[in-house]
This record gives sequence, C-alpha cells and structure tokens, in this order.
Amino acid sequence: MTVPTIMGTETEFGISVKNARDPDPVAASTLVVNIYKDRGIKGITWDYDQESPLMDARGFVSEGETDIPDQENNSLINDVLVNGGRYYVDHAHPEYCTPECTNARDLVKYEKAGELILDLSRLAAQELLPTNQEVIIYKNNSDYKGHSYGAHENYLMSRNVPFQDIVDGLTPFLVTRQPITGSGKVGAENGAAETDYQISQRADFFETEVGLSTMVARPIINTRDEPHADEMLYRRLHVIVGDSNMSEFSIYLKVGITSIVLQLIEKGVVADQFKLFDPVSAIKTVSRDLSCKEPLALEDGRRWTPIEIQREYLELAHEHLSTADRSQGVQDVMERWEFVLDRLDEDPMSLDRHLDWVIKKRLLDAYLQRHRLTHSDHQIRMLDLQYHDLRPSRGLYARLVKNGRVERLLKHEEIVQAINNPPVDTRAYFRGMCLQKYPNEVHSASWNSMIFCTDDSSLDKILMDRPHFGTQEMTGDLLKDCTAAELVQAILTSNH
Amino acid sequence: MPAEKQQEQRDKRPQDTEDVQPDQEVVEQGDEIKEDLDQLLDEIDEILEEDSEEFVENYIQRGGE
Repeated sequence: MTVPTIMGTETEFGISVKNARDPDPVAASTLVVNIYKDRGIKGITWDYDQESPLMDARGFVSEGETDIPDQENNSLINDVLVNGGRYYVDHAHPEYCTPECTNARDLVKYEKAGELILDLSRLAAQELLPTNQEVIIYKNNSDYKGHSYGAHENYLMSRNVPFQDIVDGLTPFLVTRQPITGSGKVGAENGAAETDYQISQRADFFETEVGLSTMVARPIINTRDEPHADEMLYRRLHVIVGDSNMSEFSIYLKVGITSIVLQLIEKGVVADQFKLFDPVSAIKTVSRDLSCKEPLALEDGRRWTPIEIQREYLELAHEHLSTADRSQGVQDVMERWEFVLDRLDEDPMSLDRHLDWVIKKRLLDAYLQRHRLTHSDHQIRMLDLQYHDLRPSRGLYARLVKNGRVERLLKHEEIVQAINNPPVDTRAYFRGMCLQKYPNEVHSASWNSMIFCTDDSSLDKILMDRPHFGTQEMTGDLLKDCTAAELVQAILTSNH
Repeated sequence: MPAEKQQEQRDKRPQDTEDVQPDQEVVEQGDEIKEDLDQLLDEIDEILEEDSEEFVENYIQRGGE
C-alpha cells in the first residue's frame, strides 16, 4: 500500500562572521534567526510535546537526553514561518525546514525560498554588526576540517512497510544516486582515502549502515522514528545521507527519484535484489569515481556500476508505477532521471549546466588551469566554499545563475512568492494561513499541532495527524470568514 | 522530448560527420565559449575572498544535525 506523496527538506547552513575576533557560531546563528523573526510574527513558540527523536524505527526507544529549551529560549531560537516552514537555531547552525510538499517541483521552490530567507536575515543582521565585520552564510555540508552539518530529506511512508525492506531496498539506491545528488568537494575528510575532488560533500562521514545517530558514526539509513503524523498509519523516513544542493536540477532529481524509489519499496517490488557487499565502503568509492564507471560488488557476486544500478531502479519504476501513480510531475522526474543517466554514462562533464558536482568541477578545472594551481592550494578550497556562499554579490553559484550558465526549473518570482505563501495541498496550508490570519491567537505550533489562545484562560490544541489534510480545498472556506475562536470551536466540535 | 534531449542531439551532430573541413561557425562558437569562460574567470578573480588562505583556515564549524 502506498500513501500520498508528502516530502520536505531540512537544511543546516554554515555560518561565519568575517573579521570577528572570536567568532561564535551559536551567537551568529541566533542573531540571524531572531532578526528575521522580528520582521514578522512575534512570540510563537515550537510545541515540543509532539517530538520524540529517540524513538528508533527498529522498535525501541534509545537512551539519551533530548534538548528541550525553556520558554524564553524556545521563542528566541524558533520561528514558525508563514509559508508553513520552520526556521530555527540547531546547535551552532541556522536551520531551515521547508513546509510539507506533494511534489518535487514545489519542494525545490520552497527550499530555494529558504535560501532567500537566510539571505534576508543576513542583510538584517549586518545592520547590527560593526562595519568591518560581515556575516557569511554557506549552503554546504562541511568546513573541510572534519565537521559536517546536514541536509536531511523527509518522506512520508506507510507504517505497514517493514523497516528492513527499507534498509535493503534503499541503501543501494542512496549509495548510487550520488552522481546525481552530489555537490562536489575538494579533498577528503574524516580519515577517508585522499582524493583531489569527490562527488559528495557528505560521503566521507558515513561509517555505519543503519542507526539512530545523526552526529557521530553516521548511518546510511537513519532509524529516527518520529512520524510527526498518525504513528499507526505513517512513518517519516529521515534520509540524512544527501548533500545540500545549490542547483535546482540537483534538488529536483534528488527528492523526485528518491520519492519514486520509496513508492517501489512500498509496493514490494524492490527487495534485496541490489544489496551491496559493503555499502559503507561503496559510498566512498562512488563519491571518488568521477567517471561513474567503477563497478561495485553486490552481495550475490555480481558487479554493477552505479549507473547500471540506477537504471535498474528506473526500469522498475517504468514497470510498476501505474497510471494513477504517474502524475505529470512524476512522469517529468522519470524523463529527466533517464536523461541524466544517459549523460552520466556517455560523459558526466556534459552535465555542467545541471548537476552541482559537475558545474563546480568545470569551474575548478578552468581556474586550476588558468592560475596553474593544484587542488591543495587555498584558492581552490576558497572557490569550493564560495560556490555555496548565499550572498548574491559574492556567491559563485549565484554568479553562474546571473550569467545564465546553469539550468533553472523555476522563475525567480515563483521563489519569492514561496517566502510568504504556503503550498496549497498539504497541512502546511492550514499552518501558514493560521499564522497569517491569527498572529495574535496562535500560541505555538509544530508539524502536527497548532495551539491557540483565544481567551486568557485556556489553550486549545488542534492536532494535524494527516499531512495531506488541512489543504486549501479542505480548509480555505473555513479560514475565510472565521475568527480564531470560531475556527477552534468549529474544528474541535467536528472532531467530537 | 525534454529540451535537454534536443540539445543533446544537436550536440552530437558534429561528431557524427567525420573527415569534413572545420566548420567556420563551430570554430567561432568555440572561440566565443572560450572568451565567455575567460570573462567568468576574470569575474571570479574579482569576487574570490582576497585573504583566501586565512579565510579557509578560519572557517571552522561545529558538527551539526
């Protein structure tokens, strides 16, 4: 059984303050998040009651402490956005979560809107700093010194799928999707084999096959079981192995093809037929194979290249996705997936307008040649880092966009629109519209709850355990004419 | 057919025909591409952080997630 497609991404950004004597990333992150908050709705907190990050999908609760801030800090470091997303301080990074989306194109739009939100925050924060200091925000995953921060994807799945099927079916896919999803990185980290350039920013940090941790001994399959929805019906698969992408095309394919493969796993057509002999080693091999031609050993003795394995998944999608499964959006993802696999087979460098790692490699190669540099020269590392710089004036990816050197899927205006408008076809619509309409009555929110304070004496919690409910179609009329008190009354009455 | 595929077929054409004189148009296109890339590299030289050695060294993050 498959469930409606619902997905979202979380991006942790790197942050630095140029010329600061003793840069404090926690303070800088708090500054940028809090200053954006002050632009709009104040004082809405995050409802941590709905969270359970230590629940393991393999069926147990892990020991450890969860970090729940007090009321004052909660308000300081959390912002629930009017587009239905979340913006907050996670450890020492600003983090942006998109609202829930039903398709890859929308998700690209909301992720790119997040970059604009970060850049608006940066500009506002700049006003408060001494003129010689400058906040710089990077959408990448590493400081090149062994510290990694994540880009996580989330996919709603049916609770009926045994978790082991996900482990078996998805691991080979995640290992071999890197030539499509990688953002490219100069050098190696975390004790992995030296290399000049590799496809993925993240591959070197993955040390185990399955596990709960996201910070140490990172697993290819993360077992966090926190559905943010009805736990009897759903699980939320938390994919932590991907890179932060600048290219719209890379984001689009990353989430589009992963969502398709998860549907195939739900249908039971991907089992353990592609199981790799050693996924942890293979993830680094694939990341270092710029030709995309090096065969990987499967558990049953076969040897396939990453592209051959990807083609097998695509073939299964062609065979098993029914007409009903193939919306126009899904069909488009499949066509572009095939296009990219053909090009990767023929000549990966021909994708130098499409995929981040290739776009960046083309730039690095030209720069290396012009200045007769090697990959260990600091200018080359700078170029790598600056590719991810969100400043429109200095970011290298931004410059390529300006010069028309990369393929785009979206118009800039669409992305701007997505800063303040939620998607219409998920519960993010209800969340975003409530924040817009009732800023004084919404007390707190989370992915699956909205808490209202419509009089001074009590709080009313509305649970939103079905991510595909709360759409414009379902709640648009109700939201049009109600006061907050009437809205709460109407919903709570209808639920009883 | 996606636009990329059409582009791909266009890209293939020159390789399909061997033993022909260099096409003036293609040569000019090649020059234009090189000039264009040179211009981009000039721009990068302008905007790349000046003190890149210190900058890269000082860029230290805490692990996240």
